[in-house]
Amino acid sequence: MNHKEPLVRMKKRSTVSLKQAVLVRLVAVLLSLVVCAVFIVIVTQQNPLQVYAGIVDGAVGTGRRAWVTVRETVVLLLIAVGLAPAFKMRFWNIGAEGQVLMGGLASAALMIYLGDLLPNVVLLVIIFVASMLAGLIWGYIPAFFKARYNTNETLFTLMMNYVAMQIVTFCIVFWENPAGSNTVGIINSASQKGWFPSIAGNSYILNVIIVLIFTVLMYFYMTYSKQGYEIAVVGESQNTARYAGINVKRVIKRTMMISGAICGLAGMVTVCGAGHTISTSTANGRGFTAIIVAWMAKFNPFFMVLISALLVFMQQGAIQIATQFGLNKNASDIITGIILFFLIGCEFFINYELEFRKKQKEA
Amino acid sequence: MDTNYAIELKNVTKRFGEVVANDSVDLSLKKGEILAILGENGSGKTTLMNMISGIYFPDEGHIFVNGQEVTIRSPKDSFDLGIGMIHQHFKLVPIFTAAENIVLGLPAEKGQGMSRVEADVQALVDRYGFDMNPARKIYDMSVSQKQTVEIVKVLYRGAEILILDEPTAVLTPQETERLFQVLKNMRDDGKSIIIITHKLNEVMEISDRVAVLRKGKYIGTVKTSEATIPSLTEMMVGEKVSLNIDRSEPVNSELRLEMKGVSCRNKEGTVTLNKASFAARSGEILGVAGISGSGQKELLESIAGLQHMEEGEIWYYPPGGEPQALHSLSVTEIRNLGVRLSFVPEDRLGMGLVGSMDITNNMMLRSYRNGKGLVTDRKTPEQLARTIIEELEVVTPGVTTPVRRLSGGNVQKVLVGREISSNPTVLMVAYPVRGLDINYSYTIYNLLNKQKENGAAVICVGEDLDVLLELCDRILVLQGGRVAGTVDARSATKEQLGLMMTGTIGKEEAVNEP
Repeated sequence: MNHKEPLVRMKKRSTVSLKQAVLVRLVAVLLSLVVCAVFIVIVTQQNPLQVYAGIVDGAVGTGRRAWVTVRETVVLLLIAVGLAPAFKMRFWNIGAEGQVLMGGLASAALMIYLGDLLPNVVLLVIIFVASMLAGLIWGYIPAFFKARYNTNETLFTLMMNYVAMQIVTFCIVFWENPAGSNTVGIINSASQKGWFPSIAGNSYILNVIIVLIFTVLMYFYMTYSKQGYEIAVVGESQNTARYAGINVKRVIKRTMMISGAICGLAGMVTVCGAGHTISTSTANGRGFTAIIVAWMAKFNPFFMVLISALLVFMQQGAIQIATQFGLNKNASDIITGIILFFLIGCEFFINYELEFRKKQKEA
Repeated sequence: MDTNYAIELKNVTKRFGEVVANDSVDLSLKKGEILAILGENGSGKTTLMNMISGIYFPDEGHIFVNGQEVTIRSPKDSFDLGIGMIHQHFKLVPIFTAAENIVLGLPAEKGQGMSRVEADVQALVDRYGFDMNPARKIYDMSVSQKQTVEIVKVLYRGAEILILDEPTAVLTPQETERLFQVLKNMRDDGKSIIIITHKLNEVMEISDRVAVLRKGKYIGTVKTSEATIPSLTEMMVGEKVSLNIDRSEPVNSELRLEMKGVSCRNKEGTVTLNKASFAARSGEILGVAGISGSGQKELLESIAGLQHMEEGEIWYYPPGGEPQALHSLSVTEIRNLGVRLSFVPEDRLGMGLVGSMDITNNMMLRSYRNGKGLVTDRKTPEQLARTIIEELEVVTPGVTTPVRRLSGGNVQKVLVGREISSNPTVLMVAYPVRGLDINYSYTIYNLLNKQKENGAAVICVGEDLDVLLELCDRILVLQGGRVAGTVDARSATKEQLGLMMTGTIGKEEAVNEP
């Protein structure tokens, strides 16, 4: 028999103080920046500090850039807020992408068809309702099948994304502008009908207000309402939920309608509040990034603010350095990837500690 | 090192976070003996054995097998040393035969067909007096036969040292008897056996020596012939405890709940409850006995509104009111009728409570619908949580600690506390003391007795027949989903119950109700 202890063993931590948890995450962020720096030096042969300065410059360097960062942050945040109740219920809603797209599609359609008929305020209210309705339907369909036939919601919601994309492609055929471009172009660029109005001279204030209202509402819904309690119980144990007399199927359907509706609203914020156009890449992967945001925040809407801000900050900064140093766009994806790797990976060190083999003492 | 010992442990320590599961334990197993490891739940018996069988690695200490110091890093290492462990939960492939399960994962010898394997297995079966057919599929087998397959499996692989983790927990008295005979045959053949248990009478019956653990610490080893049940109890608990349950005569007993001809099927279409009928009366404890999986779960869940019933009726007779039909009602509908029905299910953290939530949130499972409008009321459940912590002496760092972090006994106090807080007229409990140590068990028995004195109809599903006979007024016996009969707990014997549980005697002979 050999006589060696294993070199490294994992040990579960019993309790983790807030200080420790914050410290581990800070170390993770620092380490990720170091690894990013190594990557940048290899690729660009530039001083990494300069590159980091470029990132900061790209994210908040000018007033306009800062506002773009804010605009992107709140959209990501809104989708994460929408996903939170679904994931809290352990319903793996991978379909935010499609729900956002459907909300955006409803918004674009109304802008195009009702733009000339209604005053802007009325139009925006109608779009507000319609976009949420569109997302709600897109969220309800997989929930219905989950509740009725116990289908796998991960696959179902994922496939609904592709259906949504095909519908958008189909609509673009009718809405092409200019003809032959295969894009919709800026909708109502002259009349600005269906555009979010500027408040105090800034066109993104309304985005921020809407998202913050929903973030706060979601916090109270999840923490203090009866329905929020039901969601938590269903997520932890459907058996316990049944025992307590909770109608599990109804909770699944109701929660997914809420989740889908908020994602649909995110589509409106994207279309009416930012892009003023629609394409298959309107959601642009945010539906997936938002999953990371929701999970890393442990479904607490206020932590989601911080995490979505960090992610968007890095993304915007990476776009800047990509142009500044002549890298292609994939370089920014790699940087974001490295940061996510460290942030998610550090969760392991929050839950476990490593124990190394002790020096053998001679008996 | 002394080679008379099959296994020797010296100063073995294992910690999980801040919990010390084993605190420098010394232990020795002689060759050709049966050693019982006795201790209450949570005293570290299973952890200790898991280190011998390679599932955990000790933090400190030395392990010797046949006088050689060894390092066991994996179950395979343990196998190579001739150690075989039979776990509480079986690890068998249901659609394979016994023989196929036994050779699963072993390299085949040249020209070795299944018929030769079956013959080899049969030889082992005959040698030790097992009751098993090697060609039978696992899904056709009873729990005790599956256990036999597990034992034969480790013997076939050449184990000289066998460790059995609570082997009798799932067996009837008759099956236990047979298992013990087999174990003795194996010992006489020179095998060394460790049996983990917390049942004292079994220790006295089967073992040569007893090692006692208490709260992770090694207390000592005694010869069984020199020990008595009280002396072992004292070693195990650390103090003298009285082992009597006060049973009062039922007062003003009246019909409270009646089940008539209820049948249920599970998802696979198998009948789980077969035309079951019984009556529960106020002010008495009705015990429910049976081999596990005889329909106990379905019986309670159909009353609670959690089980789809194929046929049958359930009637509730409120004190001084009109009878109400409970069959085909949901949990919510039953509650809305004002029926004070409480239910402590078998699966505490998977059904009765939410493990990751704190005590207050778990109180809310029953009351979260109270409160104005959409907002749920948290104040009342928080007060209830504090009351329960205080009155039932729940050991917890605070009301905000997740119940998963509490010990088994405290989890059960929280659950029972919540269920009796509504002053139930019918209280159903399933395996209320499973996994609890002696002191906590008696706390729970007393709570049940108090509910009985308050006039509740208590229905208690249990597994320890000795306890049921001491605690209950009447005992209903289930056998394969059927009601085999109801006996008077004051006059019935354990053997009689055992025969009814296995279907050897039926309803007609067994009813000796007054």
